[in-house]
Amino acid sequence: MSEAKRGARAAPSGDKHMDGLVIKAGGWLALALLALVMAALAVDAPFAVHMGIVAVAALTVLWTTVSQADYGAMARGVLKMPASDGTYDDDPIRWGVIATLFWGIAGMAAGLFIALQLAFPVLNFNLEYTTFGRIRPLHTSAVIFAFGGNALIATSYYVVQRTCRARLAFPKLARFVFWGYQLFIVLAATGYLMGVTAAKEYAEPEWYVDLWLTIVWVAYLAVFVGTIVKRREPHIYVANWFYLSFIITIAMLHIVNNLSMPASIFGSKSYAAFAGVQDALTQWWYGHNAVGFFLTAGFLAMMYYFVPKQAERPVYSYRLSIIHFWSLIFLYIWAGPHHLHYTALPDWAQTLGMVFSIMLWMPSWGGMINGLMTLNGAWDKIRTDPIIRMMVMALAFYGMSTFEGPMMSIKWVNSMSHYTDWTIGHVHSGALGWNGMITFACVYYLVPRLWGRQRLYSLRMVNWHFWLATVGIVFYAASMWVAGIMQGLMWREYGADGYLVYSFAESVAAMHPMYLIRAAGGAMYLAGFLIMIVNVWATLAGRVRDEKPMTETPYNAAADRPLALVRAA
Amino acid sequence: MADRKRIDEATGTSTVGHEWDGIEELDTPMPRWWLWTFYASIVWAAGYVVLYPAWPMLNSATQGVLGWSSRGDLEREMQAHAERRAPITNAIAATALTDLPAKPELMQAAVQGGAAAFRVHCVQCHGAGGAGVKKLYPSLTDDDWLWGGDLASIEYTIAHGIRNPDHKATRVSQMPAFGRDGILDAGQIADVVSHVRVISGQEKPSAAAARGAVLFQANCAVCHGATGAGDRTVGAPKLTDAVWLYGGDRDSLTATIAQPRNGVMPRWAHRLDPVTVKMLATYVYSLGGGEKAAPPVASNEGQGADGQP
Repeated sequence: MSEAKRGARAAPSGDKHMDGLVIKAGGWLALALLALVMAALAVDAPFAVHMGIVAVAALTVLWTTVSQADYGAMARGVLKMPASDGTYDDDPIRWGVIATLFWGIAGMAAGLFIALQLAFPVLNFNLEYTTFGRIRPLHTSAVIFAFGGNALIATSYYVVQRTCRARLAFPKLARFVFWGYQLFIVLAATGYLMGVTAAKEYAEPEWYVDLWLTIVWVAYLAVFVGTIVKRREPHIYVANWFYLSFIITIAMLHIVNNLSMPASIFGSKSYAAFAGVQDALTQWWYGHNAVGFFLTAGFLAMMYYFVPKQAERPVYSYRLSIIHFWSLIFLYIWAGPHHLHYTALPDWAQTLGMVFSIMLWMPSWGGMINGLMTLNGAWDKIRTDPIIRMMVMALAFYGMSTFEGPMMSIKWVNSMSHYTDWTIGHVHSGALGWNGMITFACVYYLVPRLWGRQRLYSLRMVNWHFWLATVGIVFYAASMWVAGIMQGLMWREYGADGYLVYSFAESVAAMHPMYLIRAAGGAMYLAGFLIMIVNVWATLAGRVRDEKPMTETPYNAAADRPLALVRAA
Repeated sequence: MADRKRIDEATGTSTVGHEWDGIEELDTPMPRWWLWTFYASIVWAAGYVVLYPAWPMLNSATQGVLGWSSRGDLEREMQAHAERRAPITNAIAATALTDLPAKPELMQAAVQGGAAAFRVHCVQCHGAGGAGVKKLYPSLTDDDWLWGGDLASIEYTIAHGIRNPDHKATRVSQMPAFGRDGILDAGQIADVVSHVRVISGQEKPSAAAARGAVLFQANCAVCHGATGAGDRTVGAPKLTDAVWLYGGDRDSLTATIAQPRNGVMPRWAHRLDPVTVKMLATYVYSLGGGEKAAPPVASNEGQGADGQP
């Protein structure tokens, strides 16, 4: 408490918030002490480690609360962030862009590592922390929730302010969302390495991490909805419909699928509220809609803002955006059972999962059509603008994987494709092609604007990134198609005498060359991403590469009539 | 604000009149092909849910007018499969195991079927092709048999397994843990190891081996035989050849004598049908080490001091 008092004294004189500061500091200290008590009483080591991390986080916040230093300004200095121009609240967005790139490296490197583990099992190192079983959820969570999640939060903050012509509601809560989300990522990732898992795919974090994410997510919803409520526009832009559906649905999915009873409130283990086939159905209702609302709806929101901005063209069809939005969110939520074809799940549920997946095909393609056709009148930019090129490739892969998905949900196809590497290829053509490419394009768009630079350090490097990523995805997807179909055919191959021809181990051995090609594709994709890191870093440093020019989107902030100008008018 | 429609020059289409941060929207109608494909998928779905089980009711779901079910589908496929194989399986079932080699066509079919079953149930330990795993699971491709290599013995081993708990008919024997239980001291074990290495032709005779020979007669000969030729009735391996399941070097032999592994194999008679067990026996028999002669001793079972393969 003495620290808190000192902090309070150090507050600017005449600050009427002095009492508030003392209370706030006391709260953080209490939280840190609570975490330390939990750590001391922990019944398992990982829980103690996690409570230790929470305590350190709380003490860090306490320190920044009470010390005089303006850490925000110091960080702005290190990252060369411009001071606020008084229009929009962009600091948390800049942080989000940095976090997106940081977790992107971690997640993609982990992915390459486990791809190599499948080709060379010796890379498991016979060490529990580095086994495939622990690194794999680290990879999936890092790329989906850390890389993708930070990109979604950052772009949603950017888009909602501009399309509502309003500053973020609850600016402190917005910052809490950012840092709270990073804490969630750290707890989830370290937990996986220590063997803490709820054993639900894409929902592996245990009960206490789930509770924390729930708090963060509700805060996120408050910030987003609050900003929409105070908008200065008569209508809500389509991107914000998608962001809102993503935030609300993820909250619902997260809470229901993670309902569980902790074995001890001082331990990391919990038991799911559902059992058997009910648990499986809940899990895949969650799992499929994590794809539907996190990786589809959320990223379509990004697409709906950044594609028209970069192409400088109107959105192709307002009517299409309405129909495909409502049909997409209505149909997606029922499609989960297609993950459980030919299992103990009752036939009727499998049927419904399949028919809803088929009906989902056109609503998914509505987004692709609206994105691609927005280029009407600007098709020449595909030749000259590497960022547009990335967006077009992202939409092409989006269209391809949203055709492939309904196709694989057909029971007849699924009877061969299920449990094979085709599924892995399908996921990655969506993840690398759609989510990755559109995120890269948006970050390339954002960085010069957020940091007030004339343009990116190098557009030629964006072009390199584009080609490395594209060829990498082709290697990845093609090898996994071949691998998956080969597995599916080998597993069901009957000889003329009526007996199975191959043992499972023979199909594993046959995968080796495919796994090598996949790892090569992943390495190219990661190499492209590293080029992006260099490019962004140099842009932040304010450097401009001397190169043959390519098309850049001219940035005329005044033309967008930003908040300050609206106010002035 | 700015709810002003205008005609977009590049496309000639009217805008809706909204504008956000410089973004406008065109009032393009939905593509017809998109809309009709969407309708078609809905019509198809409506038809499908009538034909197949789809709607949950109070106690069960609608069955669908086709009467299809995944269990029924599986049953039909299994039935068709069984019917296709019936002539062969019936013929194999009707033929005594030892008579199979005399009927080459039937034997060939049995070996094929055994190979398929082996790939599903046996490769996990014995490896693809039955080559075994060094220092863990025996190779089935040589003629060095622990419990007998004729058809009947192999079938018995597959059916009842080795050292299965709670199964009377299983093949059982237990080599004592000479080191762990203090029956022999370290020096004595070293002597026995020397003797075993001499009779297997890996070492020259020595004083240690001579001392070991005496210990061998007292402790080991009851199962492994006076000359170390082994005894299949108790699964005691031959010690005079170059085939070693758990290794024939000094360290491995010392470890085996000190604390034997007494390996376990599951029994399959209660999991697989008799024809499959029979076919597995012919497959293992055909791997290269199959022996023609019936076992000299009628009894396949035995309780011996040395079960160490």
